[in-house]
Amino acid sequence: MEKETSIGKKADEFLQMFRKGEEFTQDLLKENERLRFKIAQLEEAIERSGDEAKIRLYEERIKITEDELNSLKERFKQVEDENKDFAAKYVEVEDENNNLANLYVASYQLHSTLDFNEVLRIVLEIVINLIGAEKFAVLLIEDKTNELIPVGTEGVAISDVPKVKFGEGIIGTTAKEGESYFSENVQTNKGNVSMENPIVCIPLKIKEHVIGVIAIYSLLMQKQQFSNVDYELFNLLAGHAATAIFSSRLYTQSERKLTTIQSFLDMLKEKPRR
Amino acid sequence: MPNILVVEDSPTMRQLISFAMKRISGSKVIEATDGVDALKKLSSEKIDLILCDINMPVMDGLKLVSLVRGNPVYKDIPIIMITTEGAEEDRKRALAIGANAYLPKPIQTQELIKLVNGFINMPR
Repeated sequence: MEKETSIGKKADEFLQMFRKGEEFTQDLLKENERLRFKIAQLEEAIERSGDEAKIRLYEERIKITEDELNSLKERFKQVEDENKDFAAKYVEVEDENNNLANLYVASYQLHSTLDFNEVLRIVLEIVINLIGAEKFAVLLIEDKTNELIPVGTEGVAISDVPKVKFGEGIIGTTAKEGESYFSENVQTNKGNVSMENPIVCIPLKIKEHVIGVIAIYSLLMQKQQFSNVDYELFNLLAGHAATAIFSSRLYTQSERKLTTIQSFLDMLKEKPRR
Repeated sequence: MPNILVVEDSPTMRQLISFAMKRISGSKVIEATDGVDALKKLSSEKIDLILCDINMPVMDGLKLVSLVRGNPVYKDIPIIMITTEGAEEDRKRALAIGANAYLPKPIQTQELIKLVNGFINMPR
């Protein structure tokens, strides 16, 4: 009986110990669970912090790329502006080149001959083809009468252009003062135009000495207004045409005188023989 | 290398147009003083483009254009008329006869060069 009691006691002790073991095991399992949860949390946190770092990295890269893009855009705009500038300058240089070519051809032609009629024809050609005048006249000063006499015309009969007293009207004043005259609106001023009232009057000058004028009465219908090259041409005509006209007239006169003198000398030489 | 025939009675204009045409890379300029002279040059040289005035002595530009268009050998040569006649009916008349383009004087050199380049580089 005593032996049975001792066995029962031992069984209780064992059972108690087993229960404690069970409790301990359960505690361990709970702790394990808790620790696993903690690890999972930590792993998640680590992963999250990695993503954030990546995002920060990407954000930095995007910012750098954006800065680069802005700088490139700015550079592109600068280059584009420079390009536009160059294109405008190219057009300007081309225009200038063409203008110089026109002026070169005009002055080359004006000084290509000493024949007065040919010089006059070249002046008319320049005014028609390069300036675009439709009706105009070239008048030269006659020193003896102090009048401007028409010597060449285009689009108008020479007999229709009156002689003008030096210093009178637009033509006479231009000749006297040596300053070009331009009416305010060259195309719409047609109503006020007459042989005494041209739309443009250019003095033909050798230095300050005026030898005549070019009076323009109308422009070709397609010519709406004067360009910069036209004013350059007017300046060129004022100087070069005057020189060419003056020297060709002198040459023609001296040729004529030379022929007369030569004939006279020939006549004198022939006399003693008779 | 394009051969450009400039038909113009005014020496000043002829020189000016020739001057401009020489700026077209590789071009050769042949000059004629009127329509008859132009026909002679056409028979002796291979011409790729004609620049022609209208008002000329001996044979005017319109007559020249009609003769060129009537000739099977020259009929495809592009012709640009350069003239002081700026009226619309003059332009229409020249184009109806067979001119390819019509440029009233005073000419803008850049415009002329652009026009000529367009015809020279046009596939035929």
